[in-house]
Amino acid sequence: MANSYYDSADLRKFGKITEWSEELGTKFFDYYGKVFEEGALSAREKSLIALAVSHVVKCPYCIDAYTKDGLQKGITKEEMMEAVHAGAAIESGATLVHGVQMMNKYDKLSM
Amino acid sequence: MAVAEGIFSYRLVQHEDYEMATKSLKARHNELAESNKQLDILNGGIFATGELPFFKDKIDAIGQFPLRPKKLEILQINVGYMCNQVCEHCHVDAGPDRKEIMTRETMSQCLDVIRNTGAHTLDLTGGAPEMNPDFRWFVEEAAKAGIKDFIVRSNLTIIRANKKYYDLPEFFKKHNVHVISSMPHYTRGKTDKQRGDGVFDKSIKALQELNAVGYGLPNSALRLDLVYNPSGAFLPGDQMAMEKDFKKALKEDFDIVFHNLFAITNLPIARFLDYLIASENYEDYMYALVEAYNPAAVENVMCTNTISISWDGWLYDCDFNQMLGLKVASKVKHIKDYNEELLSNRDIIISQHCYGCTAGAGSSCQGTVA
Ligand code: SF4
Ligand code: SF4
Repeated sequence: MANSYYDSADLRKFGKITEWSEELGTKFFDYYGKVFEEGALSAREKSLIALAVSHVVKCPYCIDAYTKDGLQKGITKEEMMEAVHAGAAIESGATLVHGVQMMNKYDKLSM
Repeated sequence: MAVAEGIFSYRLVQHEDYEMATKSLKARHNELAESNKQLDILNGGIFATGELPFFKDKIDAIGQFPLRPKKLEILQINVGYMCNQVCEHCHVDAGPDRKEIMTRETMSQCLDVIRNTGAHTLDLTGGAPEMNPDFRWFVEEAAKAGIKDFIVRSNLTIIRANKKYYDLPEFFKKHNVHVISSMPHYTRGKTDKQRGDGVFDKSIKALQELNAVGYGLPNSALRLDLVYNPSGAFLPGDQMAMEKDFKKALKEDFDIVFHNLFAITNLPIARFLDYLIASENYEDYMYALVEAYNPAAVENVMCTNTISISWDGWLYDCDFNQMLGLKVASKVKHIKDYNEELLSNRDIIISQHCYGCTAGAGSSCQGTVA
């Protein structure tokens, strides 16, 4: 057994999840592939969104995968970092907007 | 992991060393300068253990083994390994210290072949072909042979390297040469990291000069195409999308135009192999190539329509096999005995580096193939 929770070599094995549930695995990968095709958004834009979300959900596999994907698409490191900040800003905003709840509760409980 | 240890024991150069490399592997006496060491790596490790399939088995499954040539279309001549640059990813291991240069005598043998070949394209490469002292003579003579498409692969910076090269754009124009130039990225940072400091600015200046004499303009008969190789351990993205990005950025920032962009996959040989191993990217890269294997690309891999000729006149299936020292499997092995019919009846020599030609949309010196 591996002695750590994350092993970067596991990313290559992602496709194997299909072996234990052919139908669901295949459906997932078909869907996944379709989502990232060129559409109303370009494949480039979607790659940057995926990179930002990878950071927000803190998935090391996704971060590896979409950093590489970005490089393949010619995305610059400045663009990548801005995407990460966009994700981080929403994440901290989501924390901070709850400050209003705290303020409401505080006011309600206070005389 | 035992498999990885086997591979990484070949690691001679630490990563920091070639960040600053100004010499070829050969001059650094790196083990990888020997082509059989490279073949050992490509045939060993994750392939020998069966973790990844051999290229032979992959193409056998679609009835393409042994791989055979089709009609000869392109003669690719490597006029020497000397180069003014020492790019990190160079599959030729070219550089200023390389002394392998084609002589006029071998050029004359090539000219005899060029005058009689059934191929419609002549493709001069290097190193920096312009650094061969007989380069201009050879171009003048070859241009007279009436080949339809006459390509010179120019690294752009050579045009600005020394005053004696400043007139190259005019010279190319005079002989109606099709210029194909490498440009790793449209931003300075990425280009200089892969190719060396100052490469970006010089390349931009060279492109502007090519444009100034008419190269690359819409509808111009003076063809100017760019080659993009990834600057690292990843595969090229979609060629069309990259071309759009390059065109937009070069036009907006520098008022530069060009015709087509060829996205070329880096093959795991020579300096790029050294980089992959030293940066511990070798296995992941081979996985990526095998995963991206596209059976539809096999039919049109470059070696099916090209013959590659080395500076000393030997014949190869492609420039990559040339660097691996794999001469054609034919009775005819040298330009002095050249015989197109005999040559077309040969098996192409393959190894695991061939996965670089069949990944995704495929890759050749003319870009994608599938
Ligand atoms: S990649 Fe081209 S320009 Fe760079 S060192 Fe090799 S031959 Fe020279
Ligand atoms: S590396 Fe050479 S021999 Fe192998 S597939 Fe590519 S062109 Fe053919």
